[in-house]
Amino acid sequence: MKNFMSDLFSKKNRSRTISFLLVIAVYIIIEILSKSIRIPRLFTSLLVPTCCYIVLGLSLNLVVGFSGELSLGHAGFMAIGAFTAVCVSGLSASFITNDIIRLLLSIIIGSIVAGIFGLIISVPVLKLSGDYLAIVTLAFGQIIKSLINNIYLGFDSNGLQFSFVTNELNLQNGKMLLSGPMGATDTAKISTFTFGIILILFTLFVIYSLIDSKYGRAIMAARDNRIAAESIGINISRTKTLAFVTSAILAGMAGALYALNYSTLQPAKFDFNTSILVLVYVVFGGLGNINGTIIATTVLYILPELLRSLQDYRMLIYAIVLIVVMQITNSAALKQKADKIVKQIFKKGERE
Amino acid sequence: MNPVLEVNNLGIDFGGLTAVNNLNMVVEPHEIVGLIGPNGAGKTTVFNMLTKVYEPSRGNIILNGQDIAKMNTVEVNKAGVARTFQNIRLFADLSVIDNVKSGMNNLYPYSVFDTLLHTRKRNENEKKITEKAEELLKIFNLYDAKDIEASSLPYGAQRRLEIARALATDPKLLLLDEPAAGMNPQETDELMQTIRFVRDQFDIAILLIEHDMSLVMNICERIYVLNYGMLLAKGSPEEIRNDDRVIKAYLGD
Ligand SMILES: Nc1ncnc2c1ncn2[C@@H]1O[C@H](COP(=O)(O)OP(=O)(O)OP(=O)(O)O)[C@@H](O)[C@H]1O
Ligand SMILES: [Mg+2]
Repeated sequence: MKNFMSDLFSKKNRSRTISFLLVIAVYIIIEILSKSIRIPRLFTSLLVPTCCYIVLGLSLNLVVGFSGELSLGHAGFMAIGAFTAVCVSGLSASFITNDIIRLLLSIIIGSIVAGIFGLIISVPVLKLSGDYLAIVTLAFGQIIKSLINNIYLGFDSNGLQFSFVTNELNLQNGKMLLSGPMGATDTAKISTFTFGIILILFTLFVIYSLIDSKYGRAIMAARDNRIAAESIGINISRTKTLAFVTSAILAGMAGALYALNYSTLQPAKFDFNTSILVLVYVVFGGLGNINGTIIATTVLYILPELLRSLQDYRMLIYAIVLIVVMQITNSAALKQKADKIVKQIFKKGERE
Repeated sequence: MNPVLEVNNLGIDFGGLTAVNNLNMVVEPHEIVGLIGPNGAGKTTVFNMLTKVYEPSRGNIILNGQDIAKMNTVEVNKAGVARTFQNIRLFADLSVIDNVKSGMNNLYPYSVFDTLLHTRKRNENEKKITEKAEELLKIFNLYDAKDIEASSLPYGAQRRLEIARALATDPKLLLLDEPAAGMNPQETDELMQTIRFVRDQFDIAILLIEHDMSLVMNICERIYVLNYGMLLAKGSPEEIRNDDRVIKAYLGD
């Protein structure tokens, strides 16, 4: 742990330092602003979902950017995390009255369940070489959505009640947790922006720890050259499974936080479009580029929402922003410039 | 003492084509052995069978007394065989030092939990990995380039890095597929010295494929000559140099 902290401020790990400082700085600024001026609701309502999408983007980048595999169903893991969290929170509401503890518990269980699903689908698929993961995750996303669309789950004094067909669960003074296509209909909104930031920091910590280890090197080696990686003793399928399951856990975490931010949530929210949207954030931010993912996700998620009032011009501006974001995050020249600026800042810091 | 490598009646077919047939070969500890032959003779295919990139159709391969029939590429490496590739296969986007470090994944193990909790075990093993990687980079004269991307190294340096990466796995047998290809005479000279040094320093056996005859004759203690997938001749450099069949195979009839 000590090493991680001291490494964080060494010259070698600038981009890592930037990630953490960036997130913390944005958090402080927004907290100060929200205390001093009145920020429009439109904006504050975007804070938690933005955090969720950043976590989701980072988790997907682990698979697509670092591990070099394509996942087209990450919304599926988000959905599992989301609806698991809704159930955990709903069931535990009576005996865990502290919102923060309940939120934490829901997120932990949601992410574990998502991780288990990640393990189940990736172990057989990643034993094969070839681009099967994309196909399987695509199907997985669709199946999970349809499955949750058909789950009716409620509880009362007699315990849990469950059906695949009907809303008529015969509950005595009970509460519905999931109502088929209606999804979760009466969730306590316990997610907070602070928790969103904590999850981003946690995700950054996990990903950076992983990358800077034998596991991270194995993940990237397996991506760059499969045969060479095997020739030096790297087990490809185990390595890729590790990256994928970690990613599924993080995606489940994002889903849990997301779900507990709304009183109602439909399974249809987690469809193919959502998976592709996040993939777009990752690609635009740059494969394997963590800060790129954070920036691209923030800009590309918030902008269309803020532009709603502009109506017809919205997509035009969005297109222009897409191009600009891609240029910034993927251009070597601009990266060098940014690097120079950062170096200067660091030099100043060292002199002082 | 067991030979490091013993190959009996080894053969492989690709569809109708018999690429290697009836190959018998032995490599003793601490030896530097050459494997030569005209283009398409089947030399690289032999390496691919030794490392289980290809599954042999016939025969067996004994490594330190152990049959590798049931092993896969990863297990063969763990059993002590490391190699380089004729068409360089580096981890292009990793830094030079990370290429070497990635070879030590099985030597200094620590768990995912050690990784996430940054335990002492993780930190100590990472330190050992870094030290050994730096030591190897110094041997191959790559230390100054340790932090740049492997793909931006010049060609000769990429070949040296591949050898360093293979050595990082702590092999007993090192297979080099045309290590001097694309190098200028001076680089080739340095490489020869490095190969000898490495053999003594790490006490390993080396089997190398090479078209550069001055290198082969200079450095190898014994040579196997392959032609059309069959063993054409074997012997000391002196014997091979004067073997009529070998001269014929190389010059064509
Ligand atoms: N995967 C494969 N499928 C079909 N044929 C193959 C395969 N690999 C090798 N061969 C064939 O086996 C023969 C031997 O090839 P190999 O690459 O081993 O030759 P080599 O001795 O290494 O030649 P060079 O000196 O040019 O590298 C060639 O005819 C080649 O076309
Ligand atoms: Mg060859």
